[in-house]
Amino acid sequence: MPHELVGNESRRISGKALGIGIATGAYGLSFGAISVASGLSALQTQALSLLMFTGASQFALVGVLGAGGGLVAAVLTAWLLGARNGLYALSLAPTLRGSWFQRIGLAHWTIDETTAMALAHPEPLAAQRYAFWRTGLAIYVLWNLGTLIGALSAAVLPEPRTLGLDAAIPAAFIALLWPRLVSRTTWAVAASSAALAIALTPILRPGLPVLACAFVAVAAAALVKGRTS
Amino acid sequence: MIWAAVLLGSLGCWVEKLLGYLLPASTLRSPWATRIAAFMPVALLAALVAVQTFATGQSLVVDARVAGLAVAIVALLLRAPFLVVVVVAAVSAALLRAAGWAT
Repeated sequence: MPHELVGNESRRISGKALGIGIATGAYGLSFGAISVASGLSALQTQALSLLMFTGASQFALVGVLGAGGGLVAAVLTAWLLGARNGLYALSLAPTLRGSWFQRIGLAHWTIDETTAMALAHPEPLAAQRYAFWRTGLAIYVLWNLGTLIGALSAAVLPEPRTLGLDAAIPAAFIALLWPRLVSRTTWAVAASSAALAIALTPILRPGLPVLACAFVAVAAAALVKGRTS
Repeated sequence: MIWAAVLLGSLGCWVEKLLGYLLPASTLRSPWATRIAAFMPVALLAALVAVQTFATGQSLVVDARVAGLAVAIVALLLRAPFLVVVVVAAVSAALLRAAGWAT
């Protein structure tokens, strides 16, 4: 695939892709451990990393299941968090189009990091494709390896609460949230959403308060539109 | 039940990705859809932070997880990588419990 690229350029991209892969693999370790501590088996945990392959949705699914939120709330929360990947795919589609077979493979790797890498290398087209699939490959392998090690070590560890693994879950979510808090509006969305989730916790079944906060995102989008147009 | 959640959740997340490659570019590329897509992770992740810190079932409790979250925020302010943020939060909660200072 990279034949139109000079060696330097492709080496530079590969190096960056590997760096991102290693960082993501480390985060896969915590996913594996947290998922098993939330009550999933190591096999179910691995299946999520292989098949779902989108971190925030995976953390959300195991978080909601672990809190007793049930099937529907867990799946819907994962889907809502995964919806942004569809928009990434839309913006990448013109550059990464190919056969049906390629699209199906590419689709699976369309996540935050691969999109960011591809969009960071717009020229030439070959560099963009190379950046996308090298990052996808590095992350897919290392994220799954990290998950495996994390899941297997958590399975032999003592009681999760003694190790503070229940405190690792909100820490993982705040670390995922942090880079998205880029403006006053996003801070306002985050704060109102957190407040609504707390307020609804005693009233609704576990899992539903988080789901209800999807409306905060829709309402915020409507309010911003009203202000700017 | 867990397997159903794993497989259904994965299938849906994959279809979402695939749809972006199959639909014509004009379908969803409205400012409206873009804003919802930008706000959705913020809203859901913030809700998950709140619930996973304070909820035990349907009751609200303050326990060692709150200290873990505070330490995680300090780590993020110091630009610590993801794994460090998660580990320092877990370790501080574990230490507080071992010392008997928090439940």
